[in-house]
Amino acid sequence: MDEKTHEHSGWSWWYLLLIVQFVAVLWPPLYNTVEPAWAGIPFFYWYQMLWVIIAAVLTAIVYFATEK
Amino acid sequence: MQDVNWTALIIFIALFGFITWLGFAAAHWRKGDLDQLHEWGLGGRRFGTIVTWFLVGGDLYTAYTFIAVPALAFGAGAIAFFAVPYTIMIYPILFLVFPRLWHVCHKHNYITPADFVRGRFGNRWLALAVTITGIVATMPYIALQLVGLQVVIGAMGVGGAAGTFASDLPLVIAFIILAAFTYSSGLRAPASIAIVKDILIYITAFAAVIVVPIQLGGFGHIFAAVPPAKLLLAVPGANTTGAYGIYATLALGSALALFLYPHSITGILAASSGRAIRRNAAMLPGYSFMLGLLALVGFFAIAAGVGAMPEFAAGFKQFGNNFAVPALFLHAFPSWFVGIAFAAVGIGALVPAAIMSIAAANLYTRNIHREFINKNPTDKEEAQMAKWVSLIVKLGALIFIIFVPTQYAIYLQLLGGILIIQTLPSVMLGVYTRWFNDWALLIGWAVGTAAGIWMFNAANWAPNYPLVIAGHTFPGYAALYTVILNLVIAIVLTPIFNAMGGKPVDETAAADYHA
Repeated sequence: MDEKTHEHSGWSWWYLLLIVQFVAVLWPPLYNTVEPAWAGIPFFYWYQMLWVIIAAVLTAIVYFATEK
Repeated sequence: MQDVNWTALIIFIALFGFITWLGFAAAHWRKGDLDQLHEWGLGGRRFGTIVTWFLVGGDLYTAYTFIAVPALAFGAGAIAFFAVPYTIMIYPILFLVFPRLWHVCHKHNYITPADFVRGRFGNRWLALAVTITGIVATMPYIALQLVGLQVVIGAMGVGGAAGTFASDLPLVIAFIILAAFTYSSGLRAPASIAIVKDILIYITAFAAVIVVPIQLGGFGHIFAAVPPAKLLLAVPGANTTGAYGIYATLALGSALALFLYPHSITGILAASSGRAIRRNAAMLPGYSFMLGLLALVGFFAIAAGVGAMPEFAAGFKQFGNNFAVPALFLHAFPSWFVGIAFAAVGIGALVPAAIMSIAAANLYTRNIHREFINKNPTDKEEAQMAKWVSLIVKLGALIFIIFVPTQYAIYLQLLGGILIIQTLPSVMLGVYTRWFNDWALLIGWAVGTAAGIWMFNAANWAPNYPLVIAGHTFPGYAALYTVILNLVIAIVLTPIFNAMGGKPVDETAAADYHA
């Protein structure tokens, strides 16, 4: 429930943190390589999977930072 | 077709029996009067964070996803992995836009995105555009869930040769089960079943990702078996953004389109609070990780060589690359686990099919029937209409899948993404600003839709269009290009139409968009 003055009315600078994950994945030339591989997995694949985790963490940070 | 795999089938039927019971029992969960549309169609808006996680996840990660994404990896390689950046980008969108939509819809008892557009912009034709787009985009999607179900049923050896009545019978039975519990319990049915489905899917996915690589000798071996041309994105040639452009635009366009689908919005509006949605934006990435793993399962299938195995030849012939995942499971797992895995996929078809049909029914009932045909239904009449429409929609999808070649369902679903994204200005931007003129939005929608259909056709019924500007080619997802066109037109026309007079109508207030 959202009791008291639970303001999410507009902008928070924390939201800019969410742009980071867009930038990290929207430029394929940045990560379209096999090396450096990890545990036999080419960079292309583990880089993107890593960003799933990082993005979840960033979103959680923004959630806690903007929740009053 | 191969012999029936009885062990797998018995387990499959047992699990299906369980969720059938659950679907009917769900009517009593968080009890409400199911003769009210918001109770039937939105579960009474009582689903907290955890249940919302299952419901929205059940929406987003469908049987079609589990079959089609690995199938794409199996056939086309690295490009299939666009599903991962796509899921990375959907969560900020969910986080920023949809709690606001939740609040305004809760305040004004809006059940559908078209209800919101009607209230925000005061234009019934714009709302109708959103409605028709929503229904048209959803229909092939429902049909495709049934395809996912069809593939696993066929993989167990059930049914005769393709196209005979016997091969369609299991699908018809599944349809009857689905139709029955959706009719009786509404959204509570798929919400409760989604919990079971997700548990099964997680078990299956993790088993697949741990057991199969061990069997195949490790990730190094698996990736070594993938042909080099498919292992990475093809480096673009001169004067073109090539595969890079396709990859990025597919990911971004799909991310923008996803939450505009009526069934996604239904899942969101059923939450009990805006906070539940924001929490989910942080938690749902659990599903993304799984989706990345699933794309890799397509590579496991390559490495295991199931494409060349004679026992699977008939399956691949009938279902194409969609057979890759079932074949891999049949090859790698004991029959009892195959039953669990296939039940996971099959149930994973029923959940989104149920939600999609409810969402389409809500749209018709509120935004076509109540808007244009019968303006004052009683609560009971409204809920009853939605129940019938949901049934008809599912029946339509069933007939489509039985009689129309699967490939057409796939094409139509690809087109659906291009269509649904045209509602972005009204719905997603509408929750932040009333600046746009309603007629400008309608024209933007119309132009975007027409351009999208044209591009889709010009690309030979493919979602990626090679845009040529000044001698450079930018192949990319038509959805992204056309929504930009849509927006530009809306932006240009808004000041012109506003100057022509007319007072902006808006029954919502700024405070309605947040707690």
